[in-house]
Amino acid sequence: MLRVEDLTKDFGGLRAVHHCSFEMPEGMIFGLIGPNGSGKTTVFNLITGFLPPTTGQVFFKDREITGLPPYMIAQWGIARTFQLVRVFHRMTVMENLLMAPKHQAGENLLLGMLRVPKVRGQEQEAIERAMALLAVMGMENLADEYCGNLSFAEQKMVEITRALMTDPDLILLDEPASGINPSLVNQILDYIRKLRDEQGKTFLVVEHDMRVIMNLCDRIAVLNYGEKIAEGTPDEVSNAPEVIDAYLGV
Amino acid sequence: MELFAQLLVNGLIAGAIYALAAVGYNMVYGALKFINFAHGSVAMVGAYIVLALALSGLHLHLVFAFCLSMVLTALLGVFIERVAYRPLRRAPKLAPLTTAVAASFVLDAAVMIIFGADIKTFNLPARRGFQIGPVYITPVQCIIIVASLFFMACLYFLLTHTKLGKAIRAVADDISLAEISGMNSDLIISVVFAIGSALAAASGALIGMDANLQPTMGFIITVKAFAAVVLGGLGNVYGAIVGGYLIGIAENLGVWYIPPVWKDTIAYGILILMLLWRPAGIFGKEETRATVL
Amino acid sequence: MPSELSLVVHLLVIITIYGILSIALNLIMGVTGLFNIGHAAFYGIGAYTSALLAKAGVPWFFAMLAGVFLAGLIAFVTGIPTLRLVGDYLAVVTMGLGEIARAVFKNWISLTRGPMGLPGIPHASLLGFKFDTAEKFLLLGVISLLLVYIIAERLLHSPFGRVLKGIREDETAVEALGKNTYRFKIWALIIGSGMAGLAGSLFAHYITFIDPSSFVMWLTFFIFLIIMLGGPGNNLGAIVATVVFVSLREGLRFISLPEWLNPAALQQLLFGVLLIITTIFVPRGFIPERKVTYRRHQDHAES
Repeated sequence: MLRVEDLTKDFGGLRAVHHCSFEMPEGMIFGLIGPNGSGKTTVFNLITGFLPPTTGQVFFKDREITGLPPYMIAQWGIARTFQLVRVFHRMTVMENLLMAPKHQAGENLLLGMLRVPKVRGQEQEAIERAMALLAVMGMENLADEYCGNLSFAEQKMVEITRALMTDPDLILLDEPASGINPSLVNQILDYIRKLRDEQGKTFLVVEHDMRVIMNLCDRIAVLNYGEKIAEGTPDEVSNAPEVIDAYLGV
Repeated sequence: MELFAQLLVNGLIAGAIYALAAVGYNMVYGALKFINFAHGSVAMVGAYIVLALALSGLHLHLVFAFCLSMVLTALLGVFIERVAYRPLRRAPKLAPLTTAVAASFVLDAAVMIIFGADIKTFNLPARRGFQIGPVYITPVQCIIIVASLFFMACLYFLLTHTKLGKAIRAVADDISLAEISGMNSDLIISVVFAIGSALAAASGALIGMDANLQPTMGFIITVKAFAAVVLGGLGNVYGAIVGGYLIGIAENLGVWYIPPVWKDTIAYGILILMLLWRPAGIFGKEETRATVL
Repeated sequence: MPSELSLVVHLLVIITIYGILSIALNLIMGVTGLFNIGHAAFYGIGAYTSALLAKAGVPWFFAMLAGVFLAGLIAFVTGIPTLRLVGDYLAVVTMGLGEIARAVFKNWISLTRGPMGLPGIPHASLLGFKFDTAEKFLLLGVISLLLVYIIAERLLHSPFGRVLKGIREDETAVEALGKNTYRFKIWALIIGSGMAGLAGSLFAHYITFIDPSSFVMWLTFFIFLIIMLGGPGNNLGAIVATVVFVSLREGLRFISLPEWLNPAALQQLLFGVLLIITTIFVPRGFIPERKVTYRRHQDHAES
C-alpha cells in the first residue's frame, strides 16, 4: 500500500531524514518510533506532500505521489493527524467533521450557494455519518461544541474522527497517545484495531511511548538522527542493541 | 553619458539615505521578524522634529537639532513598541502588523494636524556645489553621504564591539535562549526599537535635506526600506545597505525611461516582484533567516 | 425637503455603499482570513471603470457590470501569484498592489484626469428611471446592499463557505482534508473584489465626481476597523458597525472644529487609535458569529 524509497530531506546544512526506506501492505498497523528530533514528523510531512523530498520517492498503491501537493495526496486516500492538534477552534465539532468528506457538491461555488437538492442530500448523509462516528467514542453530545472549548484529548479524538470522515485507505497518526490519560489511550488503541479489523484500514503511527507502540503495531521502524536503524516486529525491535543504544545513549 | 553619470550619482545619494533607512528598519525586522510598518512615519516625525527645532524660536544649529530629534524619536519608537506591539507578542503576526499600520496613520494624521499639509523645507543656505568630472554635487549631498556612512559605522561598532550589541544579537538569534541566559529581553527589544527609530529619524531628516518634507512621506519610506531589505537579501544588514543603494540607483536611472511621477512606483514594483519571485533576495539563500548583523 | 432630513438620506446612502464594502471585505478577510489591504483599489477600479464607460455613453447598468467584472478580473490576475504567500507577506504585497492602482488613478492623466478627478458622471439609471436624487438613489443603494448581503450569507452558510472558514482557522489542516485551498481563496477574493467594484460604481454615480483621494489605503483600514468591531465573519454585525462608524465619521464633519483642525486628518487620527485599541483588546469583535447547530436537525430527522 505504501512504499517509501530512499527518502532524504535536507534543510540547508541539516540532514533531517537520511535515505529512509520501508514499505507496508494493506491492513497493517506500522509504527515509526525514535527519540526526539529523529525525523519522524518530517517523514510524515514528506509522505503527505507538505515537504518536498531532497531525494527519494514515495509510492501509494503503486502509484508515485512524490512531490504532489498535499490536497491531491489527501484526495487519493491518505489522511493524517498532526502532532499539535489542528482542529478548527472557532468552529463546532460537527462543522469540523462536515468539512472532511471528499468531493462535496456544495463546495462548488454556485451549487453551494443555491443549495441544490444534491447538496442538501450530501449534507444530510454527512451529518448522519458524523454522528455515527462520534457515537463510537461516546462524543455525540459534543457535536455542537466549539472545538476550542474541548479538552486536548477530545480535540485529538475529533481530529482522528475528522480524518476518518474522508474515508481514507491509509491513515497517518502523529502521536495519537501523547497527552492523553492511560485509560482513554486504551480506548483509542482498541478503536484503531477495530478499524483495521472491520474495515481494512491501514495505519502508520508515529509515537514516542514505547508501550503504546509495542501494544498496537504489527511492525515497527526505528529512526535515529533521520536514519532508519532497525525494522521488524515489536519483539525484534525492542531487543535490538542499536535501538537500546539510541534511546539510552547520549 | 554625462546625464547617466549624474543620474548615477543622484542615485547614490538617494541610495545612501535609503540604505540608512533600511538599516534602521532591519534592526527591528532582523531582531523580531516583525514588519514594522510604522518605520517610515517615525522617520517622517523625526524629520519634522528637526524642522520644528531648527526653525523655531530656539534657533538650534541643525546638527544639534538632528541629534536631539534622534533622541526624541528613539523615545517615540520605544513608546509605540510598548503600547502597540508588546501586548500583541503572542497574537498572530497580523495583529501587530495592523497596529503598526494604524500607528503610522495616527502619526501621519498628527503631523498633518500640527504642521499642515503643505510642503516644507529646511531652508538650507544654497551654497555652490562643485563639479567632479561630468558630475555636479552640492555640499548638502556630500553631507548626506557622509552622515549616512557615519551612522551605519556607528551601528556596526555598536553591534560588534559592545556588550549591548552582543546582547542584541543574542536576542535576535534566539530569544528564549537569551532569556534563559539571564537577559532582560523586554529591555533589549526596547533598545532595538530605540536604535531603529533613531536611525529612521536620521534618514527622514536627510530626506528633508535632500528634497522636502510632507506629512504623506512616511509610508513611502517604509516601503523603500522594506524593499531594500528584501532586495538585498533577508540575511543581514549588509544586504539592507546594498539593497538601499540599488533602489536609489534604480529610481534615479529609471526616470530616464519613465515619467518622474512614477518614481515611487518603482520601489513598490521591486518589493512586490522580490516577494513573489525571490523572497530570499539577491544574496539570500532559500532558507536564510533575517538577522540584525 | 428640510436640510436635516436630506442630510440623513445622504448619510444612509453612504451607509449602504460602505455596507457593501464591509460585507465584501468581510468575505475576504473576516471569513477567509486573507489580509487584503488593496481592497480600496477595487473600489476605485469599479468606480473609474463605471464612470468612464458611462461618460462614453454606455448605459449605467452595463457600465456598472463592467466595473464589477473588471474588479473581479484584476483580483483574479493579481491573486494567482500572490495567494501563494502567507499572512503578513500577502498583506504587504496587496498593500503594494493597492498603492500601484492608486498611482495609476493619479498619474494616468489622459485616462482619469489624475488628481483633478472625473466630474460630470451621469446618474445611475435603470430602464429609463433615473436615480438623480438622494432619495431615489437610496432605493438603489438599499437594493444593492440587500443583494450583496444575501449572496454573502448564502455563500457563508454553504459547504463552500465552510471551507473558507477552515482556511481562516488553519489552512494546512484544510489541505490535509483534500481541498485545493487555492481555488477557494481565489474565488473569495474575486467575489469580494467584485462587490467592492459594485460599491465603487454606486459611489461614482451618486456623487457624480470621483478623484484618487477617495481610494486611499486608509479607507481599507477604516473598513477593517468596521468589520473587526462588527465581528469578523458576521455580515449583520458588519452592517451594524457600518451604521455606527459611518455616522460617527460623517458626524465629525458637522462639529464646528477650529480652522486648523482638518476633519479628514482628525478622523484618521481618532479611528487609527481606535483600531489599535480594538486590535489589542477586542480582536474578535463585539458581536460573535452565529453558531450553526446540528443536533436539532438530527432530532427532527429521528422523530
